[in-house]
Amino acid sequence: MNSTLILNIIRFVLLIIAQIVIFNNIDLFGFINPYPYILFILLYPVNSNRAGLLVASFLLGLTVDFFANSGGVHAAASLILANVRPAFFKFAFGLSYEYQTIKINDRLSPERFTFIFISIITHHFVMFLLEFFKFTFILDILLRTIVTTIFTLIVSIIIIYLFKPSKR
Amino acid sequence: MQQIFNFIFKNSNRLLFLLLLATSLVLVIQSHSYHRSQMVNSANFLTGTVYEEVNEVKTYFSLREQNDKLARENAELKRILFNKKDSTSVLEKDSVKGYDKIDVIQSKVVHNSYNTSENYLTINSGSKDGIKPDMGVVSSQGIIGIVEKVSPRYATIFSILNVKSKINAKVKRTNHFGSLIWNAKNAGYVQLVEIPRLASVKKGDTIVTGGNSRIFPENIPVGIIDKIYIDTETNYYTLNVRLFNDMTNLNHVYIIQNKHGEEIKKLEAETKKNE
Repeated sequence: MNSTLILNIIRFVLLIIAQIVIFNNIDLFGFINPYPYILFILLYPVNSNRAGLLVASFLLGLTVDFFANSGGVHAAASLILANVRPAFFKFAFGLSYEYQTIKINDRLSPERFTFIFISIITHHFVMFLLEFFKFTFILDILLRTIVTTIFTLIVSIIIIYLFKPSKR
Repeated sequence: MQQIFNFIFKNSNRLLFLLLLATSLVLVIQSHSYHRSQMVNSANFLTGTVYEEVNEVKTYFSLREQNDKLARENAELKRILFNKKDSTSVLEKDSVKGYDKIDVIQSKVVHNSYNTSENYLTINSGSKDGIKPDMGVVSSQGIIGIVEKVSPRYATIFSILNVKSKINAKVKRTNHFGSLIWNAKNAGYVQLVEIPRLASVKKGDTIVTGGNSRIFPENIPVGIIDKIYIDTETNYYTLNVRLFNDMTNLNHVYIIQNKHGEEIKKLEAETKKNE
């Protein structure tokens, strides 16, 4: 229990640093930045404390907001993703997920890919919706959601593969 | 009473979620409503320090380019100076008050954003250097934005690349006023709206800031007209303006302090109150 707590704290800090120092400065084609910091929410232990995840996601998003001058956009999107995560687990892995020991950071199976994909697209859609905050920008919102989702997905999968914990 | 406690315990996660969601939505709405309403911003010690360190590394790669830019600007200023009658005389002070109306503070951009619909910049000088909210920010090529939030050592700038931005500007040749807005499409272009149809504008005309603003002095370059659209409903032109500034690559900036700004503001507020 204690080691997972420490692992999660380290992951929290490292992902924020990576997001701010590296990924916020990529600007592919002038407007696309990946947001792999949400990996924290995806990799949070499945059966762990729910309230802890909600508070941690909120703080995670708020920290990114402070750096991006974006109000509470990332905080709200991360919080919503943390809240719907159990439903996505059910959708991707089937009803009995709590009895299995699901590990997201393992070999990429179709179930894992589905879970990561729908999580990222949900987060990004909520984020861009709140960021533009106007219905006239709906095409921009959809375009950015799709393009950024693809980019975040690639970066996230690379990160998962790079930092795959060795088998214990 | 017992039931209330039971309810709270049973739904504690849901209540926590709703509470945090409400908090974040309040922050979102606050940041989208008008000017200087933003509570979560990067003009604080922690974000400022981090951005300054990151920027230290980034600027190292563009030192040569920035030096060239400053040298070009110097050459331009020398040209103006040498074309004066007496190049050794100091610029004339305001003849009545005896001091300059406008003060300029130099600063550096440590963080720049241009890919969202509401962009802000962070600079590495704050209230200790005399920066106050609502000062204008320009670079050697043209306008950049308006100071929004100020901390002791850092400040955030409300970029002209922000859909909330509305700055008074005019066509230099014909002196017709309009408002400068941004449609969130392209970081190289802004739009000048509310230019009356009887103005004879043409492609290539220069756009400068207008005299109606207490933030910017008159005649600061903005850009040139790239395309002219005629709004069929309102009898106004909408002009697509190509910016002189490359907003994606900013380093040294100047903050303009209009010393009469406070006075004008106070006067305007009093006038409104009396109406």
